[in-house]
Amino acid sequence: MSRVTITTKKSSHANKFGKLILDDGTVFDGMGFGYSTTVFGEIVFNTGMVGYTETLTDPSYSGQILTLTYPLVGNYGVPDSSIKDQDGIPKFFESNKIQLRGLVVHELSLTASHWNLSMTLDEWLYNEKIPGISGIDTRALTKNLRTGGVMMAALVVSDTEINVDEIKKQLSSAPNYNSEQFMDTVSTKQEVMYGSEEKSVVVIDTGTKNAILRNIRDLGYKVIKLPWNTSFEKIMSYHPKGVVISNGPGDPQKCPDTIETARKLIENNIPTLGICLGAQIIGLAGNTQTYKLKYGHRGQNKPCVNLENNQVYVTSQNHGYGITPESLNASEFNLWFTNADDKTVEGIKHKKQNCIAVQFHPEAAPGPYDCKFVFEELKHLMEEGKSAEE
Amino acid sequence: MLPVNVEYVESIIEKERPDGIMLAYGGQTALNCGVNLAQAGILEKYGVHVLGTQIPGIQRTEDRQLFKDSMNQCNVPILKSRTVTNFIDAKVIAQELGYPVIIRVAYTLGGKGGGVAYNEIELHEIVERGLRASLVGQVLIEEYIGHWKQIEYEVMQDYDGNNVIVCNMENVLSMRVHTGDNIVVAPSQTIDNHEYHMLRSAALRATKHVGIVGECNIQYGLDPDSDRYVAIEINPRLSRSSALASKATGYPLAYMSAKIGLGYTLPELENRITKTTTACFEPSLDYIVCKHPRWDFAKFDLVKRKLGPTMKSVGEVMAVGRSFEESLQKSIRMLDIGNDGLVLNRTTMESYDEEQIEEYLSHPDDLILYYVAAALKMGISVEKIYKLSAIDPWFIEKIKNIVDIESKLKQEQLTTSLLWESKKMGFSDKQIARAKDKSAEEIREIRKKAGVLPSVKQIDTLAAEWPAVTNYLYLTYGGNQNDIEVTSDEKGVIVLGAGPYRIGSSVEFDWGTVNMVWGLQENGEKNVSVVNCNPETVSTDYDICSRLYFEELTLERILDIAEFENPKGIVTCVGGQTANNLTLSLAKNGINIMGTAADDVDRAEDRSKFSAELDKLHIQQPRWQAFSNIAEAKSFAQDVGFPVIVRPSYVLSGAAMKVVWSQNELKKYVKEATDVSPDHPVVISKFMLNSLEVDVDGVSNGTDVIIGAIVEHIESAGVHSGDAMMCIPPWRLNNKTIETITEYSTKIAKTFNVKGPFNLQFLIHDDHVYVIELNIRASRSMPFVSKLVKTNLISLAAKAILGKPLPKLPENKWQKIHNFGIKVPQFSFMQLEGADIRLGVEMQSTGEVACFGTSFYDALAKGLTSAGYTLPRTGTALVTVGGSQNKEKLLQPIARLKSLGFKILATEHTAEFFEEKIGDVEVVHKISEPTRKPNIADLLYERKIDFIINIPSTSTLEKYVGMLEDEYQIRRKSLELGIPVLTTIELADSFVKTLEWLRDNQTTKDPIEHYDKID
Repeated sequence: MSRVTITTKKSSHANKFGKLILDDGTVFDGMGFGYSTTVFGEIVFNTGMVGYTETLTDPSYSGQILTLTYPLVGNYGVPDSSIKDQDGIPKFFESNKIQLRGLVVHELSLTASHWNLSMTLDEWLYNEKIPGISGIDTRALTKNLRTGGVMMAALVVSDTEINVDEIKKQLSSAPNYNSEQFMDTVSTKQEVMYGSEEKSVVVIDTGTKNAILRNIRDLGYKVIKLPWNTSFEKIMSYHPKGVVISNGPGDPQKCPDTIETARKLIENNIPTLGICLGAQIIGLAGNTQTYKLKYGHRGQNKPCVNLENNQVYVTSQNHGYGITPESLNASEFNLWFTNADDKTVEGIKHKKQNCIAVQFHPEAAPGPYDCKFVFEELKHLMEEGKSAEE
Repeated sequence: MLPVNVEYVESIIEKERPDGIMLAYGGQTALNCGVNLAQAGILEKYGVHVLGTQIPGIQRTEDRQLFKDSMNQCNVPILKSRTVTNFIDAKVIAQELGYPVIIRVAYTLGGKGGGVAYNEIELHEIVERGLRASLVGQVLIEEYIGHWKQIEYEVMQDYDGNNVIVCNMENVLSMRVHTGDNIVVAPSQTIDNHEYHMLRSAALRATKHVGIVGECNIQYGLDPDSDRYVAIEINPRLSRSSALASKATGYPLAYMSAKIGLGYTLPELENRITKTTTACFEPSLDYIVCKHPRWDFAKFDLVKRKLGPTMKSVGEVMAVGRSFEESLQKSIRMLDIGNDGLVLNRTTMESYDEEQIEEYLSHPDDLILYYVAAALKMGISVEKIYKLSAIDPWFIEKIKNIVDIESKLKQEQLTTSLLWESKKMGFSDKQIARAKDKSAEEIREIRKKAGVLPSVKQIDTLAAEWPAVTNYLYLTYGGNQNDIEVTSDEKGVIVLGAGPYRIGSSVEFDWGTVNMVWGLQENGEKNVSVVNCNPETVSTDYDICSRLYFEELTLERILDIAEFENPKGIVTCVGGQTANNLTLSLAKNGINIMGTAADDVDRAEDRSKFSAELDKLHIQQPRWQAFSNIAEAKSFAQDVGFPVIVRPSYVLSGAAMKVVWSQNELKKYVKEATDVSPDHPVVISKFMLNSLEVDVDGVSNGTDVIIGAIVEHIESAGVHSGDAMMCIPPWRLNNKTIETITEYSTKIAKTFNVKGPFNLQFLIHDDHVYVIELNIRASRSMPFVSKLVKTNLISLAAKAILGKPLPKLPENKWQKIHNFGIKVPQFSFMQLEGADIRLGVEMQSTGEVACFGTSFYDALAKGLTSAGYTLPRTGTALVTVGGSQNKEKLLQPIARLKSLGFKILATEHTAEFFEEKIGDVEVVHKISEPTRKPNIADLLYERKIDFIINIPSTSTLEKYVGMLEDEYQIRRKSLELGIPVLTTIELADSFVKTLEWLRDNQTTKDPIEHYDKID
């Protein structure tokens, strides 16, 4: 009547020396876990209460040290990364590795328990050479970031005592997140196909999560994943029904090739959906501007209003940049979704062409599934040549 | 203040002609009433709209078959099950599904009447009971999934279909135990993103499909071995769980739900914590909440302590922390049951052999987590404990952390890092002190010197992403930065709340706490903070006070808060005995007690000091003596003669209080009393038979004394004051007695320098007035008195506490009120499998009702109706009375009953007596003689008896002389069948007189009047 065997695992790399040092001079003392090393990156926070597996493998976190505001992390372990679905898309992971540079938590669960686990969070970080720190007052840290804005930080995990002054020195000369170029590391180098359906959709991989691929596939299309700088002409050579420009890390301005491709996609009225970074790229292609948010939107509880029917959806988000609201007026787009809390731009629709974009993550993983209809909307554009709402 | 039933609500609708009615806020009682009003066509007749979830929506969740159909339609899986209306069908279904099966009852409260059946015999018993408890005569038989995870979601939805999840919760004790009896954490801990959002989506789908408007709760079973899940039920109303979810997240569900009922959409409403973001969002927590139920099994004879599908707890606490261990151990302390955490308690658990512990783990009772800890100490593996207990290994591992710290504390030196480690795991100074053989004060000193201090954190719904404007706070060792600061110009007053609802301390004390906060504010106090830990209360609404600490009511924590707040003083007189008990120790720690001085409170609580004062005033008490050894006790008892009452010195609600009739019993109960209150001596007093009990509620500022009212108990002394029906004005006291009581009360209040509320209990025996006890604090009857007399006693107390003059009220105002007020206790014996319903000195009621009327019977009729008694116009009464004195006393009521046209049935001896005196009595036979017909058991099952007068033999008090199995059977069976049983002569007499009154009179249906304005 109960489980035959229980699936629990114990952490084995926890309780090392650990320090988190912020650019503003704040030093947090904690316990290191995962891999012993020093990393530098932009420190950000996410308020989701579940979904660290999905979060850690989301390429949008490249270059960042992530703080989870939920204090108990690692409870259900990590599933087997090698498990793939029938089309070869990893079942539980959003990419093939941990994408962030370091992880900051209040409490690492030393024992994980779940029917689907294959390792602990600690073990996973260790295997992927990523440092983690626990025992941090993550609420205090979050408040610091909320008021001071996101900033560069150093995370040190060590088997010996840590020299803070030395690390501070290194931090001041570490390359700044804002100037980093991530596309070469997060984007696929060559085309990858998933599925064997006749009709296809191209996903321009600016750091895509596998959930986007899964959702397109589930719509009934073959997915063709292409590098971030693939030209419009090359894309059209696949005769796709539509194109998705994916999520991804960093400043959208750092993707001029993708912006150029987007411009042509719009010009030629190719049904296109932009997600997150993809939305910013589409925005830039259609004359909007983008800016960096003070501390971004990262969580699973972000309310967005669909201005077409006034319905509010709870969305999953992870972005540090956004489309400047004021720049919409002079652009080719209408506002589609707006953030109910701070009125930032959450979705746009092209005034004439078959092009839509959302700042949030309709593919979820992690987060709520409420906005899957965005993919249906793309399908409508591809099949009917118009938006479902019209 | 009227009964919530169709008759009375219709009369109000007729009078008030409202446009709308809200059904989701008064629990199952209001929901059922609403459905009945709709079905009777009353809502339609008067054009009243249901606001919020509509009747068909309610029915789709409440009716088992409709629920199944709805879930199938929206693709939410459910358990295999079938609704049946008789046992024969139940048997067939159970065989199909395979035992064990669970039986659930349609249209009932708190899982009332349900159960798990492992075989046909159990099935028969539960199904029969369930069919009778159900308002629609239906029960559901379904496959039993006890070891599955039990996960709940709270959903909000508006008329436009915007919907959000406000909170999800996980039950530590799996599906085995009713969520009301479960230890619950929020948010869920052991499910991953896929499972969390799969269940979330299903919740939104299901609630949208059934048509919820406002708030609802959906409960799931989730297979621990896969992602298979089933929806168990939807509650289309605010529930205990939603109160918990509101407090756990800071999202005020009832408030938002009411707005939505009025037609607002979710995005139109604002988040009341940030005041800038929308209410259409899902709270993100950055802490872990642990809800722990409070049981009071010790108060009930013969009760089964096992936990299962029927809820048995009487209250709950909620602890907030940043680790599971911290939240769990905090919650245990909050229960106020004498435990300082999961381990290192005053009393160590006995040792068990492996077989015993396996049995305990397999069949959980209220001590289950202590058994898990014990098993871990015995070296039993987590895996084995999991298999036996169905508690997820994650939780067991966390309990193991606590056990490990215990042994570390015992073995290692108390370094700063070990101190931090233990505090993060929720250990109290007392626990650490016990391990280190030091005092809690010493540990506090060491800890403070080492800088090991808790942080004050805000509950803000958004995990610090947005600034919070509300100060909804908790303390934790999982951090090192305070979220707020209290500046010296914000120096305020702290009011201590009453902790968990339990037998003897319920919403009355919350009323006191809230009214004290308001009273202080009205009298110019700008910063009033509250400390309390009961999620079911209004005092823990964060908008009642300036700063709310959702915290333990322990000395350690209150000192932590006081050191942080640096308040002008602390009010301990409105939070029942929990708060009152802290008075002396807080004062000793240099805290200014606002209200009556700690020494004066101590003089009242300490029986020797109290008696000495009374002697000086020449006021009598029943003879008593404190003793610390059994020999002294025995000789005192012999001296005054049995019966005697045994109790601990500090006491509320008769904890471990017993009437003792023999030397042997005396020995047994002395031990029990010392277990409950070890720091105080045990007291025995002479028990006076055949006397009246009277309560006086009043307020004093040290110079002036205001008597709120003199309240008379309808039952004679011996029934606990909390279980007695009470009446204002007194109806059996002569003027001289009332004068004496008034004089005594005034004298006593002045002698004890009372500054605030007080309550006195008197015994009237042969026209002599004896004082039983003085409570220098708010009492259970204070809201009742305040409302009837139209004078808010706690408002007056606030003035007294602040040293302000009391207003001049009309002399003996309470005697000039034209209304009668009757308070009737509400019992929950039905949920407590096996419990006997006979009343005694131990309080057993779990709630109360009060109604006002223009006459005694007007008020009583409404009071009895409110408490669930049906008042039949005609029918059949069963009378079984023990003892000739009792029979004599019942002669008049029975004769009256007969003249009202009731058929009288009685057991042999009783029948003989009444046949001779009044004639026409039909003999029926005992349950223990099933072959003799007509038999009581048959008549009960066939519903041929409308009510029962069952006065236990020899004396109402002689509970422990030996239970008469047959009488117990009658009481228990009728209770289970919902047939009223009157177990005291006074109640029987009043009941019959009420029936007589109702023949020629109608009850009044007036609203209660406002408090009179005071300056």
